[in-house]
Amino acid sequence: MSAPQSVRTSTATDPAAFTSQVNALVRDGSRFAGLYGTARRDGCELTALLADTDRFTVLRTLVTPDAHGELHFPSLTPHVLAAFWYERAAHDLSGVVADGHPRLDPLLVLIDGEYGRPHPGRAHSSTSVSLRTPPGPVDVHGRGMFTIPLGPVRSGVFESVEFLIETPGEDIPHLNIRPHYKHRGVAKRFEGRSIDDGVLIAERVEGIASVAHALAYSHAVEAMSGAVVPPKARLLRVVYAELERMANHLDVAMRLAEAAGLAVATSRFAWHKESVMRLVSELCGNRFGRSAVVPGGVAGMPSLDLAAAARALRAIHERVRRDAALAMKTPSFLDRLRGTGILPHDRAAEWASLGPVGRASRLEDDCRWRRPTDAYAELPLATAPPILDAGDVQARMLVRWREIDQSAVLVLAALQRLDREPDDSMCATIDLPEGEAFGIGWSEAPQGEVLYAVTVQDSIIRRCFARSASLHNLAAFHEVFRGDVFTDFAFIEASFGTGYAGVAM
Amino acid sequence: MAWVTRGMRDGRLTTRWPAQKDGYYDEFATSARLRSDAPALADDEKETAAALCPTGAIAVASQNGETSVTLDRGRCVLCGRCVRLFPDTFEWETGTTRVASEAAALISTGAEQADDLKHLRETLAGKVRNLGRSVFIRHVDAGSDGSDEWEVQALANPVYDVHRLGIFFTASPRHADILLVTGIGAAGMTEPLRRTREAMPEPVVVIAAGADAVSGGLMGRSGYTGGFGAGSIIDVDVWVPGAPASPFALMEGILTAIDRLPSRRRERRGRT
Ligand code: SF4
Repeated sequence: MSAPQSVRTSTATDPAAFTSQVNALVRDGSRFAGLYGTARRDGCELTALLADTDRFTVLRTLVTPDAHGELHFPSLTPHVLAAFWYERAAHDLSGVVADGHPRLDPLLVLIDGEYGRPHPGRAHSSTSVSLRTPPGPVDVHGRGMFTIPLGPVRSGVFESVEFLIETPGEDIPHLNIRPHYKHRGVAKRFEGRSIDDGVLIAERVEGIASVAHALAYSHAVEAMSGAVVPPKARLLRVVYAELERMANHLDVAMRLAEAAGLAVATSRFAWHKESVMRLVSELCGNRFGRSAVVPGGVAGMPSLDLAAAARALRAIHERVRRDAALAMKTPSFLDRLRGTGILPHDRAAEWASLGPVGRASRLEDDCRWRRPTDAYAELPLATAPPILDAGDVQARMLVRWREIDQSAVLVLAALQRLDREPDDSMCATIDLPEGEAFGIGWSEAPQGEVLYAVTVQDSIIRRCFARSASLHNLAAFHEVFRGDVFTDFAFIEASFGTGYAGVAM
Repeated sequence: MAWVTRGMRDGRLTTRWPAQKDGYYDEFATSARLRSDAPALADDEKETAAALCPTGAIAVASQNGETSVTLDRGRCVLCGRCVRLFPDTFEWETGTTRVASEAAALISTGAEQADDLKHLRETLAGKVRNLGRSVFIRHVDAGSDGSDEWEVQALANPVYDVHRLGIFFTASPRHADILLVTGIGAAGMTEPLRRTREAMPEPVVVIAAGADAVSGGLMGRSGYTGGFGAGSIIDVDVWVPGAPASPFALMEGILTAIDRLPSRRRERRGRT
């Protein structure tokens, strides 16, 4: 449950005050966690989300049209680097212009000039997406410079995204990321939907983290209704979320092994991942844990016997542990991971990097420890999340291995408690107030913190800001390439564990 | 080298499907469908059933004054609402995936349905006749939620190991026989998808995999990014439902497309 008292909401008198207040909060140590626009009758309401150790601050302002009918506010990016992509996204979707932004290029969608913006929050908007993408900008000028587009159709079975690598040869001096190709207009997909439909959409924002998105969305809805999730549901949510983490981390291990050309290790990790996904599907009927989490609780008890689930997990974890140990002793693997794609601590802090990417660069934030939801506060968490210093691909993988161990402990403990819990209820009723209500919710996805800000009007979703850790982290992706050779790309990309659907939105 | 012995330690991991049944596939729901023994619903119940489906997969059709309910597998995202609320009318389809040559053939009516497979084989015969023992697949994500790609990638893992069936993935469209499309067909992917299709040498078999690619699923079908499935952008030959299409469903789709499904399985598939 996201306790309502852990969220502080305030409204700035005008956009200038808004920007200086956000700047001040970040200067004083708050973590910038997101920015989005909501269409209102008299303009665009900007909402900034900031995280402190144990609570969130929601800061709003109304941007009203100027004499030319345009919406302007002073950019946050000059002082808050992490706002860089959010301001581009807000420009794409809501048409708000961040004055002083270093480069307000389209990020999520290329709008056909003569049509309007999608304007999330407005019931009717006419928008037309341009079907052709102009060639990318060339930022680095120099003799012999050429641009290599990687994507949007990738060379293997991957999600569509484009990286423009501008290079004088072997080194990568600059990288442009264009995720817009697979933009699905996620914000508008939520609007007009019922609370129950909303969770189905949330599961599809970033399909590889379906459970985490369903949880963050449900927490937001539960916060605004005051619903208390029953104990068994709280435990089951942890089971699904942690199994999802294991599958994702194994996917990263598999891709790193593949990039290193280790055929046996690749198929071992792929098998372990498949085993985890099968366990999930035996528990809830879906390999991605979909339709298991519902606002107020869970859909029901697992169809698999709990003792059998525990046995299966122990066996999988034992195999994972041994193969992980071997991988981390295999020189041909480590040589490619060590020192590759370094994100130094201070850069990570500036980008407010989340999840394993942040934690491998000594950023300690993890929702499960800092802002525990569901049953996390009752379960045997280690004293602190695993943190490393090196900030390279190896550190990101090591963090994930430790998280897998922690996940196994959590799942086993949750299964055991489930067995002893006498209260059989699975789901609390969601009663929403009439009129407008707002709630925020979060969860720790395998990629890092997922954050939802939901506005409902008479129990119908009016605006839903679904912020994946993938979107937040990918903005810092280009940072880690300085000086790295072209062949490291696959390793660095895999080590971010990005779900591109969650980026393109 | 330690990895070599490790690879052998756990014995055979690979499914024997399609030569033999696979317990996991047999348990696995690939879509909801109408029960063949379903009692008729009252008119208001029909409307309720249609309204509860989040993707509009359930429809009330009327013909000669008679109304009946249909369920479009191509739109079903397996949310389970219909099966839970009207268990006498709807049920899960397990152990098989209805693969079709036209999207309309994915519609379940509860009545015995003419098998579309014969039609599918006839239409595709010209395209697959010259395929060698190995077929090469080019995959394109046209706006998925990311889960579809995990399932396609899983085909290479030792459990499904599609290489044993002569199925390979290729980066180059020029060497591909099959184009496998996932995702809703988002506006931004229109051109990249078309270009990939055009770069492939004829004949090409195009498979739309998963409800997103078949119909737009839950994330398409409206709005400024469009997303009416792969078929709204390029010609599709084979439609495979699922949300996402599981590795078994993908294998069934691919093997059906190249007409390499053992005949025993084909017979089982004749029902609704
Ligand atoms: S299971 Fe499929 S058909 Fe039934 S309600 Fe859900 S999406 Fe609709």
